[in-house]
Amino acid sequence: MDTLSPAHPHSLSGFARPVAESQSTFHAAMMALARPGQRQTLAASLTPPAPLSEGVAALALALCDFETTIWLDPAFTVSDEIASYLRFHTGARIVTSPAQANFALVGETAALPAFDAFALGTLDYPDRSTTLILQLPSLDGGPPFALSGPGVAGEVSLAAHPLPPDFEARMQANRAVFPRGVDLLIVAGLSLIGLPRSTSIRKAGG
Amino acid sequence: MTTLHPGYNFAYLDEQTKRMIRRAILKAVAIPGYQVPFASREMPMPYGWGTGGVQVTAAILGEGDVLKVIDQGSDDTTNAVSIRKFFEKTAGVETTTETARATVIQTRHRIPETALQEGQTIVYQVPIPEPLRFLEPRETETRTMHGLEEYGLMHVKLYEDIATHGHIATTYAYPVKVNGRYLMDPSPTPKFDNPKMDMSPALQLFGAGREKRIYAIPPYTKVVSLDFEDHPFEVNKFDKPCALCAAEGVYLDEVILDDAGGRMFVCSDTDYCETRRAEGHRGEMLGEAPAFVSREPAE
Repeated sequence: MDTLSPAHPHSLSGFARPVAESQSTFHAAMMALARPGQRQTLAASLTPPAPLSEGVAALALALCDFETTIWLDPAFTVSDEIASYLRFHTGARIVTSPAQANFALVGETAALPAFDAFALGTLDYPDRSTTLILQLPSLDGGPPFALSGPGVAGEVSLAAHPLPPDFEARMQANRAVFPRGVDLLIVAGLSLIGLPRSTSIRKAGG
Repeated sequence: MTTLHPGYNFAYLDEQTKRMIRRAILKAVAIPGYQVPFASREMPMPYGWGTGGVQVTAAILGEGDVLKVIDQGSDDTTNAVSIRKFFEKTAGVETTTETARATVIQTRHRIPETALQEGQTIVYQVPIPEPLRFLEPRETETRTMHGLEEYGLMHVKLYEDIATHGHIATTYAYPVKVNGRYLMDPSPTPKFDNPKMDMSPALQLFGAGREKRIYAIPPYTKVVSLDFEDHPFEVNKFDKPCALCAAEGVYLDEVILDDAGGRMFVCSDTDYCETRRAEGHRGEMLGEAPAFVSREPAE
């Protein structure tokens, strides 16, 4: 059985308890989008290939299957390991064009492609859009943004780091094409913040 | 608690179906009021008995959740009892009739009188999700109308109500606008409950099984009932308090008592009514009856 050596991506484990962990991971994602800016915690134990983090891998495994497509950014395609891991555990198709992706996994968030490279949906079917899952080192320490809109009582702040320098302008453009647009799940370790297209954003304290 | 039914996945649905529904829910939450199409499954109950709500509940339910199910405000009617038992058997989750204890509340056509809290999720069973359907039967047209935010037709309908009846005669499934964008059917809840949807701290999910649509209102989202400046939206008013618990400002059901015109009005929310009676509130028709008949020991 030397084809399944420990280094082989197929042998890297998925959820230990698939039913319960899929549910709790989904629940965190749902609450993240329902309460933009409010931190949710993912409780999953799995072993994805580096540099894919546990949190991002948990979301991919909980939400993707043979019906979905995944786009991986260059940070996640340095080798075939991550694509192979995701294919094995979800059955999802890995696509090379971000516009064809249901989910986009982004490891190098400072180099995040322009949002209109992804599927934004149509006015008739705004749900046919890409959900971006961003892997960041930290949800703190970045320049603060103030969020408002559905799910936010008043205002809440977001300081994830690093984000592209034009992040505010991008999110405002994303809000302007509502109901079209992309939704963001921002993950650091096992913490998660949601930024749905319905959220308004501005630089805080400016 | 009932023992788990062997042979079924947790909460009945298979994992792939749950993922498909969960993806639809995430889109629904991100686009408040927009009806997301989903591949609704056959459920072990007929369409019209809450297959949409049951699928949404099955997709969100976790092992630690506490489930409450109500049918027209009541925990004790057929639809509520059978759905509650369904999830006891297939998910083994704790169930309750107490609104404040529940983390997930599946409802058919009422919102509990006890205000919902942060962290709670209410799942509505929806028969016809499209508010414009009886005005425009073609899905292609209503889809375009939503896309272009072209809702004049609904205002014409409400205006015709006024022209015919002198007031807006729509009393349930009263159309609302969610976060200033999508026209939405709140499901056939009495319009009395519409104000409870506005800026609710709870997450509201809607499932229509036969029509294969899921939509949502996130917490703290503006929900406005359509009206006119000279005919503002008003909720139903009742002349008398509840005949059993004397509650005012709640939604009452009419109960016919005899064939001589006798009737009484009682809370439609049974949990709310029983809680008040247990606290010592007595309505005028409670008479000498014990204030509260304790339920049978929990199943």
